[in-house]
Amino acid sequence: MAETPFVEMKAIQKSFSGNQVLKDVNFSISPGEVHALMGENGAGKSTLIKVLTGIHKRDAGTIKLQGEEVSFNNPKQAEREGIVVIHQELNIIPHLTVTQNMFLGRELTFGKSGILKMKEMKKQTLQNLERLGASNIDPDEEAGNLSVGKQQMIEIARAMSTDAKMIIMDEPTAALTEREIENLFQVVHSLREQGVSIVYVSHRMEEIFQICDRITVLRDGEYVGTEDIKETSFEAIVKMMVGRELGERFPERTSHIGEVVLQVEDLAREGLFENVSFDVHKGEILGVAGLMGAGRTEIMEAVFGSRKKSGGNIYLNGSPLKIKHPQDAIQEGIGFITEDRKDEGLVLDLSIRENIALTNMKAISDKGWISSTKEKQLIDDLINKLHVRTTGREQEVRSLSGGNQQKVVVAKWLGIKPKVLILDEPTRGVDIGAKKEIYHIMNELTEQGVAIIMVSSELPEVLGISDRIMVIHEGKVAKILNRKDADQEKIMQAATGGE
Amino acid sequence: MQARIMRNISQLGPLIGLVLIMIILGFLSDNFFTLDNILNLLRQISINALIAFGMTFVILTGGIDLSVGSILAFGSAITAGMLASGMDPLLAVLIGLLAGAVMGAFNGFVITKGKVAPFIATLATMTIFRGATLVYTDGRPITGLSDSFVFEMIGKGYVFGVPFPAILMIIVFFILFFILRKTVFGRQVYSVGGNEEASILSGIKADRVKIWVYSLTGMLSVLAGIILTSRLNSAQPTAGTMYELDAIAAVVLGGTSLAGGRGRIVGTLIGALIIGVLDNGLNLLNVSSFYQQIVKGGVILLAVLLDRRSK
Repeated sequence: MAETPFVEMKAIQKSFSGNQVLKDVNFSISPGEVHALMGENGAGKSTLIKVLTGIHKRDAGTIKLQGEEVSFNNPKQAEREGIVVIHQELNIIPHLTVTQNMFLGRELTFGKSGILKMKEMKKQTLQNLERLGASNIDPDEEAGNLSVGKQQMIEIARAMSTDAKMIIMDEPTAALTEREIENLFQVVHSLREQGVSIVYVSHRMEEIFQICDRITVLRDGEYVGTEDIKETSFEAIVKMMVGRELGERFPERTSHIGEVVLQVEDLAREGLFENVSFDVHKGEILGVAGLMGAGRTEIMEAVFGSRKKSGGNIYLNGSPLKIKHPQDAIQEGIGFITEDRKDEGLVLDLSIRENIALTNMKAISDKGWISSTKEKQLIDDLINKLHVRTTGREQEVRSLSGGNQQKVVVAKWLGIKPKVLILDEPTRGVDIGAKKEIYHIMNELTEQGVAIIMVSSELPEVLGISDRIMVIHEGKVAKILNRKDADQEKIMQAATGGE
Repeated sequence: MQARIMRNISQLGPLIGLVLIMIILGFLSDNFFTLDNILNLLRQISINALIAFGMTFVILTGGIDLSVGSILAFGSAITAGMLASGMDPLLAVLIGLLAGAVMGAFNGFVITKGKVAPFIATLATMTIFRGATLVYTDGRPITGLSDSFVFEMIGKGYVFGVPFPAILMIIVFFILFFILRKTVFGRQVYSVGGNEEASILSGIKADRVKIWVYSLTGMLSVLAGIILTSRLNSAQPTAGTMYELDAIAAVVLGGTSLAGGRGRIVGTLIGALIIGVLDNGLNLLNVSSFYQQIVKGGVILLAVLLDRRSK
């Protein structure tokens, strides 16, 4: 590329308390380029972005903006130069309207009076949204009532209204539906045509090949390389990320499938789901597919007792269960790995030890007193078994990378020696290496006779590892398929209500 | 490793503050470091410390209890009433403590089952329990209590020269310290305060944990009230007014997060000591009680500001 890059970072180094997290990392992006930044969790992607936007101070290296050396001390300065970050957790205030969110902190006023120019702001909001092809968003609507995809559009529109020249998107599609993703891609294309540079951080390989021009890969804080998308392949990038051939993505399913362990009969909850009947066998993985909002998570919550059901029966090994609280389910040997690990899976302020211990109090205590020896033993065993990368069991889970946090959540539930384990989107926001490890853990568990229910929105994953697939459509079981009879079309057809 | 050292240093903050204040007061007053004064000090702080220990549990779960002073008053009045009618003092004290636990449990039920914010729920019960005290006592102190050894001992007794209330405080401290550290319940208190949703999904009955915590606080408040009643040899209908503020101050000075999930009961003991030492020292220095309030408030503000900075 002959033209001057918009941003060029060279030989960036950064360490935290003696621990080097970026070693001589290079990154450059041209105007109008969509550049993917990839790497496993903990590879240094977020740190690199934070160094660029001035949240962290670099130890060494240079950053050039349009050929001139710069150094930002805080994100405000970076924003002034047109560099905006759109985080995975959106920066939207739910009770304010779209317009109020759009102009947050830079409201238009009559002179210095502090009186707002309401009409003008609304007009500009509409214009900004129209430019993104999102004129279906009502500027007077409370932002919290909008879907995640629309909220994201508001953030992008806000960035564009401040003349952003570079937008960094962190896992932008993680919470979007298929249609919203399509819409986002169109917006990315039109931004590219307007000369905006886009840094695209994502774990989803398919997307990167669909919309990116170049890709830079980091591994363990080191710069592995930058490639043109047209000249590279899926396998080559995976190899760059993990440093070796990954081999088969999904493990071979070899477990012996035994008798029915969990049977659910006519489970119902008014307005959410009804007539839900299914069973899972010993050693089997039942994949649960469906569109977002079809009721998959809600059904599993009802089985686990964290959501009230209005009807139906649940049997474990043939005997009926009365589950009113998650505690009852856990006592029967049912575990539930929730979708949202930060809000529902972990207590971020507590250590790895305390988090894993939460579900395993029975095993490590006697008459209410905790035995430190037993506790440490159990925790260390689980940490080793799952290869959690940590400085030790006392590390706060907040400071772990996403993949390692997910392993701690899995560890919590392995401790109870579950008969049935429900996993809700177990690999969301988890990198390829850790994904594979999670598939292997699931496979190993089934070999030990655990029955697994896996809710997932990633069809390749559902098809790759399930023995049977249950498709949910609008709160009802649309179809239950054997793996050998299933393919993407059949699942999508059932999920969308087609015959 | 380094992070852990830093965390330990920041946890030492309250202790360093306490030592500094004590050294300064030691220089300013010859009477401060006498054995008599130190023992006196421990007795003085016992009432606030006992309430603040309970408050620590409540705040660790992410709640707050404004009704402790009123529970103290009502519990004391009931106990005093029973004593005045000639009931066995030990039995009267036990029934009083039970009444405290029941009042606390009521708070807990309103907060968990009624889903009322702890601030509002206990603001309401603060008024209710105070009103109940006034109704029960007819607005007059209850006097003519028991002159039994047991009851006199609680507030005025000494064991090997150490005031009994101080001993009671230290025993309760160790029990609670081990509960928080070593029991399943203690662990649940931290996890419910840190992330209630995740705790419930881990099989913890968060509502039950909270009801127990408020119940404990109610009981400890009445225990403090019985010490007070024994010392004064009467139960005052206005006893314990504004005690909730000193208790919350002790917890906050001790470094416990008002958001819940983080904090230690040792910190609360140190916090109660800081408040007690200030009261005691300023008295020795003959500082007017009007100025004392300004100094006390200033120290609390300073401590919290320093704590913010170190994070």
